[in-house]
Amino acid sequence: MDNNINNIPVEKFQFAKRNDLYHDKKLETKAVSYFQGAFRRFCKNKGSVVGGIVIAFLVLFAIIAPFFTPFTPAYYDMVYAYATPRNNLFANSNIDFWDGYRQKETNYTTFLKDSALAAETGREIIKNGEYIVGEEGNYTYRYDTYGGVGFGKYKTISQEEFDDIQRYQNETGRQVLYPVVKLKDRPTKEKNKYDANIYYVTQDPKASVIVPKLDKEGQIIPNYWKYEAGDASSLIPEYNSLRIEGENGITEDGKQYFYAYGRKVDGGIEVRAEYYEYYTYQHQEVLKDGIGEPCFWFGTTQTGKDIFACLAYGARFSFVFATIVTSVNFVLGVIWGSISGYFGGKTDLGMERFREIWGSIPSMIVITLLKYHMGSASQVLVLFIAFFATGWVSMAGTTRMQFYRFKNQEYVLAARTLGARDRRIMFKHIFPNGLGTIVTGMALAIPAMIYSETSLSYLGIINLEAGNTTSVGTLISAGQQSIVANAGYVALFPCVFLVLLMLSFNLFGNGLRDAFNPSLRGTED
Amino acid sequence: MYMFKYVMKRLGLMLFTFSIIFTMCFVLIKLLPIPTNALPGQDPEIVMKTLEGRGWITNIREGKNGVWEYDRVPIFLQYGNYLKRIVTKGDFGIATTYGEYLNMNLWEVFVDHLPPTILINIYSTLIGVPIGLGLGILAALKKNKWQDQLINIFIILIISVPSIVLALMIQFVFCFKLGWFPLTMSTSNDYLSWEVFHSTLPAVFALCLGSIAGYARGTRAELSEVLTGEFMLLARTKGLTKSQAIFRHALRNSMVVIFPSILGEFVGVLYGSLIIEKMFAINGVGGLYLNSITFQDYDFFMLLSGFYTLISLTAGIVTDISYSFIDPRIRMGAK
Repeated sequence: MDNNINNIPVEKFQFAKRNDLYHDKKLETKAVSYFQGAFRRFCKNKGSVVGGIVIAFLVLFAIIAPFFTPFTPAYYDMVYAYATPRNNLFANSNIDFWDGYRQKETNYTTFLKDSALAAETGREIIKNGEYIVGEEGNYTYRYDTYGGVGFGKYKTISQEEFDDIQRYQNETGRQVLYPVVKLKDRPTKEKNKYDANIYYVTQDPKASVIVPKLDKEGQIIPNYWKYEAGDASSLIPEYNSLRIEGENGITEDGKQYFYAYGRKVDGGIEVRAEYYEYYTYQHQEVLKDGIGEPCFWFGTTQTGKDIFACLAYGARFSFVFATIVTSVNFVLGVIWGSISGYFGGKTDLGMERFREIWGSIPSMIVITLLKYHMGSASQVLVLFIAFFATGWVSMAGTTRMQFYRFKNQEYVLAARTLGARDRRIMFKHIFPNGLGTIVTGMALAIPAMIYSETSLSYLGIINLEAGNTTSVGTLISAGQQSIVANAGYVALFPCVFLVLLMLSFNLFGNGLRDAFNPSLRGTED
Repeated sequence: MYMFKYVMKRLGLMLFTFSIIFTMCFVLIKLLPIPTNALPGQDPEIVMKTLEGRGWITNIREGKNGVWEYDRVPIFLQYGNYLKRIVTKGDFGIATTYGEYLNMNLWEVFVDHLPPTILINIYSTLIGVPIGLGLGILAALKKNKWQDQLINIFIILIISVPSIVLALMIQFVFCFKLGWFPLTMSTSNDYLSWEVFHSTLPAVFALCLGSIAGYARGTRAELSEVLTGEFMLLARTKGLTKSQAIFRHALRNSMVVIFPSILGEFVGVLYGSLIIEKMFAINGVGGLYLNSITFQDYDFFMLLSGFYTLISLTAGIVTDISYSFIDPRIRMGAK
């Protein structure tokens, strides 16, 4: 049909030179291997990349955070139960956020008591002294959960400790001990008698609920035990340290008085120690465990455990657990699945039946039986063994499917014809092709693993606190109990951690699945 | 005929699996030390005699210092006794360690605690399935429009946020902050009253969110695939309206995959969710199971383990078999 050639004049033709011959050119672009392509596809999926970054961040948190906090999961202090989250950076600024305060709505008496505490200790128990009086006479203000614990009960300490605290006071200029109230001046009810927060004159000392008496200016009247110079009762221990009002006592009606800072009782000296300062003194001078002033970044639970430390240690355990269990399951599952899938026939049938039965045992039963047999002391071990026992089943199924898919392809036949042995075909030829799917299965198994561990701890079947660590599930359980105490933050942090973990692992896993599946390229969904 | 054969084969396999698991549980339990210590206020001799009467131990005698000695019955004899009692009398034993149910018939305690579990799961299925299917259908019909995007975001959020957190959020927001519902389920025995229904709602809500998302996702994927099929074009060409084509052809075809899982869930209604039951203090089987673990009541544990295993096996088999009944293209077991 191409008659054009006939119209070209003969002289226009030239002899072709040898160099002009066209050969197939080498590809100028770089060859992209399967895994490079997968990586490229993975990076295109923004969601998975974000998921990966969040996972990296969480892992970093789990690794580093335990080194940054002096607290451990074993630490607890019942006095500082339900301390709200506090960060010194925010606490020193004037922002109503992360400052260790909480909204408190209460009646006039409690408000008076809080004001009295603030007046004595000089702390901002009521933030900025601001409060709102409601229509029904209820007071609303931001309440300091750290200073607000006040004095607690009268504390009986030894003479040595009494002297040591005085030394500490003189060195640091911080007041730990406050003047005591004379025994016969105190309220009469047993529960009020040893309540060290009551340092003021009360309206009715016999009442069950103590209401402070106010002077004409509406101020609280202190009820300290005072004595004239040189006329100290034998019950008053020697005291030579910072005083609440100057070194030389106070002057009243022309006479000089001193306050009593302790009362000798059986077994030591009864003192009023402000808990905030006493706590600092205890941890800095006596225990020397690196804890200074109380400051809980994520707050504390109802038993006074530091949530930040618990979360950090729990997260660390979760990641270590998931990594170890997943790798062991990976090895077990791949070996089982590849043998079953590659050889097929009777081997496959037998192995599949076994897998089916084994896989249908509810994992809860496995864990309980193990726990019965191994006792409750080694619960970490129980957890590991139970997940080793049940986790490989699905991994074996995935591997078996991959082997079925590839084992009859031509390249396997070629390898066999060339004399490759079974093991070589299985692990050099078939396995790398199925690796993508198997790895995806692994990435999706990790969050499932962490979630099962979390729910088991939540249900209380596994309790890791015996092993000096904790689990996010235990924290969530504590958080649920704190709901009624209006301490939502206890549940907030572990929940945020869990949600972030699940979301990012799911995004990451989905991205991996798409990346390892070249046929999905370019499709939506 | 091959259907019948296939069903029988599956049933046989299921029974086989079940008996293996049950036997294994029994043997592992019986390898443990027998809990012979009497609770306060209990006569140790009575405890011994009870254990002998149940066929666990034999030849009891009082040794020195009032310590009771006994010989163990071989485990397979014990198993025989156990099975015989179950089959002939329906007797699963009595509660031995947990105070609240002490000396009560296990089967009766178990039956007493079934209704709350079944109730919340039935409510959750009844609410979850229609909403899930509805959302899925809507998303498939409005594919890639804003409705679809919205439903998709909802699905991803619900599936990714663990149910433990979802339930906690529901409890915190609706029960505590807003106070619409009581914090825990009402303990009233009148299960059909408004009070009980009202108090179960947060638990039901927490349970069904997951299945709503699951069904919505499944339906959306299936239906949008069916909708692109050529027979849909044919249906429209032969004169069916859009809704006729969708409901008579597309929906029925997409149900092939969805329906078996709904059936499976109806069987799994008994399974409940331990987490939800604990969180909302539902007095159901889940709580019993946790108690039996905590208090090491072995007979109770056997009964409940058997129950849970049976349920999960049955749910699986029902799902599998219903596939072949619903979809004429699938003939399982056919040569």
